[in-house]
Amino acid sequence: MLGVGKDYHTTTVLHGVTLSLHAGEVLALTGENGAGKSTLSKILCGLEPATRGSLRLAGEPYAPASRRDAERQGVRMVMQELGLVPTLTVAENLLMGRLPHRMGWLRRGAMHDAARRQLAKIGLTGIDPATPVSRLGIGQQQMVEIARNLQDDTRILVLDEPTAMLTPRETNYLFEQIARLTARGVAIIYVSHRLEELRRIADRVAVLRDGALVDARPMAGLSEADLVQRMVGRAVNDLEHRPRRAAGPVAMRVDGIGRGTAVQDVSLTLHTGEVFGIAGLVGSGRTELLRLLFGADRADRGSVTLAAGPASPSTGGSPVAERTYERGFRSPLAAIAAGIGLVSEDRKSQGLLLTQPIRVNATLSDLSAVSRAGWLRRAHESAVVQGFIRTLRVRCRGPEQPVGQLSGGNQQKVVFARWLHRDGRVLLLDEPTRGVDVGARADLYAELDRMATEGRALLMVSSDLRELMAMADRIGVMSGGRLVAVFERGEWTEQSLLAAAFSDAEDRPRAEGAASASPTSPASPASA
Amino acid sequence: MTATTSPSSAPAAAAPSVPLWRTQLGTYLGLAIVLAGMVGLFSWLSEYFWSAETFVTIANEIPALAVMAVGMTFVLIIAGIDLSVGSVMALSAATSAAAILQWGWSVPAAAALALATGLVCGTITGAVSVAWRLPSFIVSLGMLEAVRGSAYLVTDSRTQYVGDAISWLAAPVVAGISTAFGIALLIVVVAQLVLSRTVFGRCMVGIGTNEEAMRLAGVDPRPIRIAVFALTGLLAGLAGLMQSARLEAADPNAGAGMELQVIAAVVIGGTSLMGGRGSVVTTAFGVLIIAVLEAGLAQIGASEPSKRIITGCVIVAAVIIDTLRQRRAAV
Repeated sequence: MLGVGKDYHTTTVLHGVTLSLHAGEVLALTGENGAGKSTLSKILCGLEPATRGSLRLAGEPYAPASRRDAERQGVRMVMQELGLVPTLTVAENLLMGRLPHRMGWLRRGAMHDAARRQLAKIGLTGIDPATPVSRLGIGQQQMVEIARNLQDDTRILVLDEPTAMLTPRETNYLFEQIARLTARGVAIIYVSHRLEELRRIADRVAVLRDGALVDARPMAGLSEADLVQRMVGRAVNDLEHRPRRAAGPVAMRVDGIGRGTAVQDVSLTLHTGEVFGIAGLVGSGRTELLRLLFGADRADRGSVTLAAGPASPSTGGSPVAERTYERGFRSPLAAIAAGIGLVSEDRKSQGLLLTQPIRVNATLSDLSAVSRAGWLRRAHESAVVQGFIRTLRVRCRGPEQPVGQLSGGNQQKVVFARWLHRDGRVLLLDEPTRGVDVGARADLYAELDRMATEGRALLMVSSDLRELMAMADRIGVMSGGRLVAVFERGEWTEQSLLAAAFSDAEDRPRAEGAASASPTSPASPASA
Repeated sequence: MTATTSPSSAPAAAAPSVPLWRTQLGTYLGLAIVLAGMVGLFSWLSEYFWSAETFVTIANEIPALAVMAVGMTFVLIIAGIDLSVGSVMALSAATSAAAILQWGWSVPAAAALALATGLVCGTITGAVSVAWRLPSFIVSLGMLEAVRGSAYLVTDSRTQYVGDAISWLAAPVVAGISTAFGIALLIVVVAQLVLSRTVFGRCMVGIGTNEEAMRLAGVDPRPIRIAVFALTGLLAGLAGLMQSARLEAADPNAGAGMELQVIAAVVIGGTSLMGGRGSVVTTAFGVLIIAVLEAGLAQIGASEPSKRIITGCVIVAAVIIDTLRQRRAAV
């Protein structure tokens, strides 16, 4: 018997979790987005250090300094993002770091034999080790990744959302292999929020919520409802009881918009002066929906209609008539011209010019407002940006400080400033408070509130249910690419939202994997 | 699964940083010191170097290099590269020579043709790389060959002697300095203002820093990219005119390998090959450094091989110094 006791504490994300894992068992680790599942796995595999508590592996103290260190001790992890080099062959990937060679020259025969042996361990006899990884299906790649992590000395194998990319057949196959592994005494930690899978595969289940262990018990006898119940049930925030904002006229209507299987025929109506929240698990199509609405990807069906609106600087000073955009906007440029803004999920790569000053970043959305005949009015621009720094309470040395030097929260405030600078009608927000500390978060909420009050329509995607319940007037829940439910303020409970988010568990067509790889989608590729 | 909040956020107001104009001035000062050092060194090594004649010669030799380097600075700032400038310069000189000698065009018309030739070449480079999303390295490499071939075609592979029709451009006006030098100086000043004070300049820097962010902020990078290459072509056309005015001839081999000299000047000036960072003023310093180096090595009687070895070392050394400086000032 292999006993592992753990107990850690990392500042914000994980609070003193104590768990044990036995040889030959499958322990499911589940919880909402951000509950701490990934962090816990990363600590186990030496990717992040535990800041408190200790681990024991087979009675010995265990404190992996790095992933390599963890692997030396038999603890391996199959990550969500594949770690394979697509241009190299299966064999080269499997044996990377210990390729058989003679004076630097590869011994191909020995390499392929060793690779074949390793693949056979999980029953993968149909894959030729000489195939480049890029030629394999995503499911096969996942299996190769698993094979790579199956050395003889593997004692604990962590699988992080292993079925996210797999078809049902591949999933069945994976489960067979997991059974073989456990029969050999390998302990499996299976991280997933797919409850029906957990019921099939897990011996025990550990539920995390807000970084704390809620429950760890045998799977037998637990229903999915029981599990959902355990994932929720936390203190209700004061803000959650505030009244619904007075919504104005319709700002934007979305009719049956879709792209492949990632987003399937979503319809919704967005009013001025309201915050419409979008909840759902990662991979449920939330981000994809926002990208469609912003024209970053082209929809292959459906339409977006912008209601008639009053004159404003962003519309060139004349009132706008109602206009329908078939298959959404052609490009982000078209969307922005029509008065839409996007605060993207990844502000560093898609939002900011990190090496440039705050001033440059904040006014990017409308340079005509700070220029005359193409020449920038720098004093005016500085004054405008100073104003944003004050109202948004950006902590910085001044408008000339490069944005890359600011903290995450203050960087996000600069992104907000950019859309305040441009007088738009609809603002799309994708995880606007990700990586933002509590103090800055409050500032951002206040700003969102003000924007809504001043008549913008806000569509906000968030993984943080509490945040949505506090901020939104309505919450739409996405699951498997569909908008499965829309709740009015006061109608929702955390349970009902979560139940909706998990609702497509039965007939799930593996939305995310299928969509990103779907060659049948007639949509024009994203002009990325 | 969502990444959980990282435990610590970066300290906001930790390192006290130098104001922008100070770092800018520091760059200028550094380059000026290098330049002065080189002038001093050559004056010490050769008794003839420190003379008005030397400096007038340098001033009249650099305009072509300088105006092309201005265009190249813009191209590097948007994270592109244009290898075709030397060929474009030769073709522009060739078309204007053909216009004057064979078709009997007036000098202004021929000059306009030279500029138009450059503009068209640059626009093709920009448009092709934008339309098919190709690296400008590849497109301009193709242009380098194709345009050079065209130059041979237009000149019938022979140097065309234009005579003194446009030599006024290179003729001394004040204190031995030519009109061409004045034009180059004006272009440097205007280009620096465009870079730092216009919406166009702001967009160039933005595109070179993070093109996706610009697109998502509502700026279409495509017309700006094309415009930058078109402008670079236009300036190469002007360089062609300057060159044929100085030599009173259009040589189809003119400017062969000059693209590398241009890039060297820009990079010595501290403009990043990765885009997003650069300055026209520092490029002008880079041009001067290259010109002084060349003139000085000639005066001390360095052989052609040793000249090239030393030039190569100076280019790399200059970039190493700049990189170290940048890294120290880095975010």
